[in-house]
Amino acid sequence: MVNYIARRLIGMVPVLIGITLITFFVIHLSPGKPTRLQAEMSPKISLEAREKLDKLYGLDKPVYIQYWEWVKRLARFDLGKSFVDDRPVSQKIGERIPVTITINVLSLALIFLAAVPIGITSAVREGSAYDRISTVFVFIGFAMPTFWLALLLMNLFGVHLGWLPVSGIKSIDFEDYNLLEKLADLAVHLALPVFVSAFVGLAGISRYMRTSMLEVLNKDFVRTARAKGLPERQVIYKHALKNALLPIVTIMGLSVPGLIGGSVIFESIYAIPGMGKLFYDSVMARDYPVIMGVLFIGAILTLIGNLVADVIYACVDPRIRVTGR
Amino acid sequence: MYIKISRFVGIFLFAAAIWGHPALIAAGLPQATQASAQYGDCEASPVGDAIVTASIGDASTLIPILASDSSSAEICGLVYNGLIRYDKDLNLEGELAESWEIKDEGLVIIFHLRKGVKWHDGEPFTARDVEFTYLKLIDPNVKTPYSGDFERVKSLEVLDDHTVKVTYKEPFSPGLSSWGMGIMPRHLLEKEDLGSTKYSRNPVGTGPYRFKEWKTGEKIVLTSNPDYYEGRPFINRYIYRIIPDQATTFLELQTQGVDQIGLTPLQYSRQTDTPFFRKNYRKYRYPSFGYTYMGLNLRDAKFSDARVRLALDHAIDKDEIITGVLLGLGRISTGPFPPESWACNKDIKPVPYDPAKAKELLKEAGWEDHDGDGILDKNGQKFRFTIMTNQGNDPRKTASEIIQRRLKDVGIEAEVRIIEWATFLSEFIDKGKFEAVIMGWSLSRDPDCYDIWHSSKTRPGEFNFIGYKNEEVDRLLLEGRREYSQEKRREIYNRINRLIFDDHPYIFLFVPDALPIVHGRFKGIVPAPAGIGYNFIKWYVPKEEQRYTRW
Repeated sequence: MVNYIARRLIGMVPVLIGITLITFFVIHLSPGKPTRLQAEMSPKISLEAREKLDKLYGLDKPVYIQYWEWVKRLARFDLGKSFVDDRPVSQKIGERIPVTITINVLSLALIFLAAVPIGITSAVREGSAYDRISTVFVFIGFAMPTFWLALLLMNLFGVHLGWLPVSGIKSIDFEDYNLLEKLADLAVHLALPVFVSAFVGLAGISRYMRTSMLEVLNKDFVRTARAKGLPERQVIYKHALKNALLPIVTIMGLSVPGLIGGSVIFESIYAIPGMGKLFYDSVMARDYPVIMGVLFIGAILTLIGNLVADVIYACVDPRIRVTGR
Repeated sequence: MYIKISRFVGIFLFAAAIWGHPALIAAGLPQATQASAQYGDCEASPVGDAIVTASIGDASTLIPILASDSSSAEICGLVYNGLIRYDKDLNLEGELAESWEIKDEGLVIIFHLRKGVKWHDGEPFTARDVEFTYLKLIDPNVKTPYSGDFERVKSLEVLDDHTVKVTYKEPFSPGLSSWGMGIMPRHLLEKEDLGSTKYSRNPVGTGPYRFKEWKTGEKIVLTSNPDYYEGRPFINRYIYRIIPDQATTFLELQTQGVDQIGLTPLQYSRQTDTPFFRKNYRKYRYPSFGYTYMGLNLRDAKFSDARVRLALDHAIDKDEIITGVLLGLGRISTGPFPPESWACNKDIKPVPYDPAKAKELLKEAGWEDHDGDGILDKNGQKFRFTIMTNQGNDPRKTASEIIQRRLKDVGIEAEVRIIEWATFLSEFIDKGKFEAVIMGWSLSRDPDCYDIWHSSKTRPGEFNFIGYKNEEVDRLLLEGRREYSQEKRREIYNRINRLIFDDHPYIFLFVPDALPIVHGRFKGIVPAPAGIGYNFIKWYVPKEEQRYTRW
């Protein structure tokens, strides 16, 4: 097993190099220079001053040398400094990750809490009015543009009813609150963003759950359980559900890298300082070190996610271990 | 002249519009010359409350000589002071400098600094701080984009603790306003690398507000400086919230979650025309310091003929654009200077909308519809061109569509192309690969516009990208830079205004109005040519109306 993991880890290195190489060059291929954008287009900022900036940032060197320097820094676990504000990339990413992960974890939890029962119940009552209504409901969520739903809910709960704050993650006086007030404040601020992102993600999981449940319900052992005279409740929740949940657990594993990703539209609307906005702003400003930093961390998480999934499979299925896939 | 093409000119949303131009560090926050009018004298005005402003973007650094975006410049304007600034009538006045003398026909400027001014940490402000700021501005290892104006300085001498002598290599009158740059504390920053210093996120200045906290992407909080040399500001806290989405900002306004923003024309004339807004908010309207234009590539054979350019001006109905794009909240632009500026030549009348005259001029220039397909042609070439503008600026996009329609009336086929900002600049503007562009310049108070109109400024990446050349304008631009007397400069710039307008290198379209809205509880706001932000430290909220009392 250790041998297998070691082999996989070594195999990741070339993949990682490939990913960074391609992203680095693609980003540098896009037109526009960070120094040009920083200065927008102000005649106060002379061409000479901008050339000086290029030099200070090392942008006057050929791209392959810039890449080599980036790799050299990376080898020392240094993601470099942002061109926009000269702060370490790791620090910029670090201050954005908690809020993004909080929202993603909460909404993922909400998705599973809602989607699994919806999937089970509609599978059990396949073809019934309930099944159809719930299908339509989850697909409405899937099809609805996030920004539109978000704005409508903000208008309803924030402006008309006045129950929830419109945007942001904390109140202005947050620092002066006691712990209970702080928690309540965070809860009301996060309610809408978490609900919206859960609602639009409901369709996928609930459909998987339904399909997988339907499959299991047609299996022989379910018929056997029923034939034994077990109560229907026990048949479904004890025997069938256990087996039907397996693919869902896999999906959960695959959504790990997604936890650090955020959506720009969504974060902009709710004024949440998360990863999506950071990445988008960096791309718009051609802030190469930050772009590379975010992509690199994303790549690592994806590879690790895959590895973990494979290891779990390997534990379950010895054939994978033996052939090394 | 501090000018800046901003992709947001015409979007109006950023609150910065309220302060005049945001990146105009020179303006800082001019003082109110009289005490707040309604409340009698200063002592009687109540201290307290907070003002919440919304911005679409976060600041990047609070070191004034590195700050190039509008959010950073706006915060720096409250935390730092320059030596001089523009007052409410757009005249220069002393800030950290009590007075200044100009000697040797403009070669030497002597600043007499204010005594008793203290940094936020209690240290006294002296001439050494000015010297330090200057040395950092010209230091080749400092990533400042503002070195240009200061490289014209031959030397800076500290005569005593409160006197600084600046000697220029040659007279350079726009240089005076460059001393509005925020002065940095030597005692804290001397040993620091300005890029990575902790003070770039925790600044110490001499300004009316002290830095309190900065939550990246969320908000920046400033608190009033009780030791400010002009007196303590009445509003205790200044909260700068980052809300990237316009629609959200407006919803926040409806719940009174933000106190001031810049409105779009639609929000100004329709969406805020409700009992709620009339009761709770006050709207203001004054011409902004900027204009939107259609620039023509003069290297293009079609546009090198002055008659064609004049014909285009006749063919485009500027009033219609103002009605359509700005809902009437703007005025026709008549050249490179804003209508409020003394540099603006008031005798210039906009070219009237006259399609018949346009056709006549085009015919004179050889453009006629020979094959009867409705499009003019000359030597077998059809009169077709592309109008480009940047993505994310709806007023410009709408303006290009209106122009496209009017050009069709006179037999010109124009195509509209919208391009992402970075690509637009590097692939089209810098390389001169365009026919016509719709863009805008944000202006500042000094009228020097050498970089935009002088014929030497046409290299890729420079600002005379349309390739304009007029020898008299070239000469006058240089003359205007050497002259300090406003009377003489008025003559020079009025003439430049006339010459450029008559050459029609740009079709000058409109000057949009700044449309700030401020919560009604704030009193003491007196609109002036400089806008409303100039006396911010004198704004106040009566005790019973204060909202943020938890402190």
